[in-house]
Amino acid sequence: MKLLSQYFLIFLGASLVYNIILLRFIGLCPFFGVSNKMSTSVGMGFAVIFVMTVSSAASWILYYFVLKPLGVEQFLYIPTFILVIASLVQFEEMFLRKYSPTLYQSMGIYLPLITTNCAVLAAATESVIRGYLKLNIAYTYSFAEAIIYTFGVAVGFSLILIVFAAIRERIDIAPVPGWLKGPAISFMAAALMSLAFMGFANLLGL
Amino acid sequence: MSNLKVAWADFKNGLVVENPLLVLMIGLCSALAVSSRLENTIFMGVAATFVLVCSNAIVSLIKKVTPPTIRIPIFIVIIASFVTIVDLSMKGYFPAAYERLGVWIPLIVVNCMILGRAEAFAYGNSIFRSVADGLGIGAGYTMVLMIMGFVRELLGSGKIILFDSTVLSLGSAYIKDPIRILVFFPGAFLVFGFLIGALNIVRQKREQK
Repeated sequence: MKLLSQYFLIFLGASLVYNIILLRFIGLCPFFGVSNKMSTSVGMGFAVIFVMTVSSAASWILYYFVLKPLGVEQFLYIPTFILVIASLVQFEEMFLRKYSPTLYQSMGIYLPLITTNCAVLAAATESVIRGYLKLNIAYTYSFAEAIIYTFGVAVGFSLILIVFAAIRERIDIAPVPGWLKGPAISFMAAALMSLAFMGFANLLGL
Repeated sequence: MSNLKVAWADFKNGLVVENPLLVLMIGLCSALAVSSRLENTIFMGVAATFVLVCSNAIVSLIKKVTPPTIRIPIFIVIIASFVTIVDLSMKGYFPAAYERLGVWIPLIVVNCMILGRAEAFAYGNSIFRSVADGLGIGAGYTMVLMIMGFVRELLGSGKIILFDSTVLSLGSAYIKDPIRILVFFPGAFLVFGFLIGALNIVRQKREQK
């Protein structure tokens, strides 16, 4: 039971209290790039949940069973993780195209974009090397915790992506002062959302 | 002489015309995150510029032997090696700054700005011009970063602290009750939004002339 509540806290902290986009600014490029239409952001959101969780699991296994025993984890973790992510994305793209063409059609075009999504590398680095949440300072995650943490981060990312897409569709038809048109007003909207999410701070002692 | 002129044009292009943050809007994540303090922006700007210049140089140097089909993984490995250099030397020489910048140093690898310049510029141009382009883009990035850091730290906390000494202060009355929101997360979005808005005004004025 204690274990379960610990897992729940990690999930809640990763998805809401330390939301990766609004409260930590990781993954902003896809956030502003893809969020202008509802349908594309839903596709991107699910693709990110999938890739992020799998790549963190793979990075964790590689780090603790290959890099650490060889004693090279200090200076090889960055190239290793990024190559794991890039090849996983490639592999998933091929796999989906072969076995699930409908799913591939709905999220296939977003998969290559994910390689340069810093949120994926950040989640992998944090879940493997340094825990980000306050309850885990100087504490490294076990395999299950790492997966739950990454899943939480990915869910938080997708949630904000989809909500923000809905807001932007409304902004497009709203009367906005001329000098704020376009990206400027989107940043203002993001600021207000971020302000709202600051309300989650210290939730359940996280 | 003409060589130098071309390089200067490339530098100016990166600094103003194709400013990565304000015009191309790439590399935003790190810019918004580290700009809560002026000191952080200097470290981050130097680190990113170093990686940008070195990766541009190497990519341009080996462009003839790089097969186009696997160029992206090659670029990423080149960038990742330079980021590792920055990561380790910063950990060694500036531990306090490294602690504050945290995950942002490894994240330079996936900064779209660097991969984007390798792909769009260095892969097709001479090494001399690529270095100039890297310097220009890096300077443009650092410039915007420092403007944001300056505004956020000065208005958000009332004073600017550089290397443990107060450089500029708005007086004790302001320090007691500053616009605190600017140093927090929403402040970054807000300041950046206003920066783009100000740029729009400049652009509109210029078009009217």
